Amino acid sequence: MLKFLQTLDRRWIFLLMFFAVAVPLIMGTTFPEKPSDQVLSVFDAVDNLPDGSNVVMAWDYDPASEGELQPMASAFTRHCALKKHNLYFMTLWPQGIPMIQRSIDLLESEYAATYKGKYGTKFVNLGFRAGNEGVIKLVVEDLKKSYSSDIRGTNLDNIPLTKNLKNIQQVDLLCNVSAGYPGSKEWVLYGSSPFDIPTVVGCTGVQAPIMLPYIPQQLTGMLAAIKGAAEYEQAIINHYPELNEIPAAKEGLKRMGPQLVAHVLLISLIALGNVIYFWERKQGTPQ
Amino acid sequence: MKQSTLIWTLLMVFGGLSLVAIQLFRGKGEVYVREVSVEAKSSLPDSAEQTYRWSTYQQVPEKEKDMPGVSLSLSRTIGLWVAAFCTLAIFSFLYGDNPLYKFTESVFVGVSAAYAMVVAFWTEIVTNLFAKLLPDLARISFFPDMESGVQHNWLYLIPLVLSVLLLWRLAPKGNWIARWPLAFFIGATAGIRLISYLEADFIGQIQNTIMPFIVFSADGSLLWIKSLRNTIVIVGVLSCMVYFFFSVEHEGIVKYISRLGIWFLMVTFGASFAYTVMGRIALLSGRLDFLFNNWLGI
Repeated sequence: MLKFLQTLDRRWIFLLMFFAVAVPLIMGTTFPEKPSDQVLSVFDAVDNLPDGSNVVMAWDYDPASEGELQPMASAFTRHCALKKHNLYFMTLWPQGIPMIQRSIDLLESEYAATYKGKYGTKFVNLGFRAGNEGVIKLVVEDLKKSYSSDIRGTNLDNIPLTKNLKNIQQVDLLCNVSAGYPGSKEWVLYGSSPFDIPTVVGCTGVQAPIMLPYIPQQLTGMLAAIKGAAEYEQAIINHYPELNEIPAAKEGLKRMGPQLVAHVLLISLIALGNVIYFWERKQGTPQ
Repeated sequence: MKQSTLIWTLLMVFGGLSLVAIQLFRGKGEVYVREVSVEAKSSLPDSAEQTYRWSTYQQVPEKEKDMPGVSLSLSRTIGLWVAAFCTLAIFSFLYGDNPLYKFTESVFVGVSAAYAMVVAFWTEIVTNLFAKLLPDLARISFFPDMESGVQHNWLYLIPLVLSVLLLWRLAPKGNWIARWPLAFFIGATAGIRLISYLEADFIGQIQNTIMPFIVFSADGSLLWIKSLRNTIVIVGVLSCMVYFFFSVEHEGIVKYISRLGIWFLMVTFGASFAYTVMGRIALLSGRLDFLFNNWLGI
């Protein structure tokens, strides 16, 4: 048995992990989520704003991180749409443009009464700008120095939403979903921290420990990885029960089933690995 | 061929063929769209109002395929199958390095680089440089919505010249010229970052750590969870700083405090690793969700 486990082909572990993720996904297994204080502070930051407030949606991620970040980007969009906020989409990642389009499609299909055909008056897509943190530094001081036109080439002075917007400091909230550099950290360093812009972020698990020290003074709240997205979805559903009928509003919750089973498998494998290690030591097997 | 390799090869081939057979048999993996008409009116100050009509296509669930106005989208269906094929090809690396994986990886790298270049060209070089330097020409060529009579902004000649100097590196002679714009970029970036890091990461983090050990509520009762949290933060910060303080020898009390710092660091690394694992599982479930839901229609 020990010999078998010592020489086990790693591909059997991959197969086990595949089943651990695939089976709960196909079965649609979900577990109840209780929103944490951190997630509730994000929820309150969006929900406590008066209806029709101005919110910047900075989507700094690409299709490679979609599995982890799309549920929280959709949840942010849905929540803002329920509050009828005016949305300014922008990205510092070239591949972020299709990600913004997904959120716009969601607005126009699920909240057609508020957003369909309201481009320029209820939402605007500023698109991508190269320059990483340089762009953030410009938009917080003078938006039109960096963005003279929107993604369609329309001058910002001809768009009702941006006509009188001098800079990002004038908006009520900054929502950022980020997969790395440039992203959440740069928005805190060059946006929220020096200019006190209320900011909430959703980021990957890899970034979460880096962002934690900024809460709560420099950052209002953070959704950390898919767990944060699931808790945020639950918080929105608790306050807006009509979303319970929309399967797409529970994407994050749906992904937590596979997380639980995969984590149980991982913990079991770590425990098994340690048992084998100490067994080998006891038996005096050469390392 | 080794026995294990043979078993895995058979598993892979059988799995792949089964997926394709299921798809062909079930007739799934098709994308349906609904045609949505769009109408817009526009007018120039000196001309009559004009109406423009065009169509956009909105993706709909397969169950709505028999509804009026819904049709099969061949381009999106091909896209779906290409995406599924690429996902399976990348997953095939788990079996072992193979030509299919290498091909898909190269396609991914190439497409990403080309996409980023095209987007940067149209959003920066055309919109932000060309339109600022030659606004009238830009309006006629690309941006009919641009206001006429916009003044040339000759300041944008500076980034243009710097960009040309940067490309001088490719010239057979005088490639040292590229060092000048590089020096400018490095100097400017270092200056911008230094100030922000000092403000947000140094001063800001010191401010965040100035907190009470013991916290009381408004009615005077002890908030022990908050107090414990604050104490852990303060002790953690101080002990980790002592660990990285090498000007005194780590002996006596300093040794014990720095050892506590190591424990805090280990817990931090563990939390980071756990978050990373969670992220990777989320990515896997995202791809499997695409395969099962969007492609196989399970």
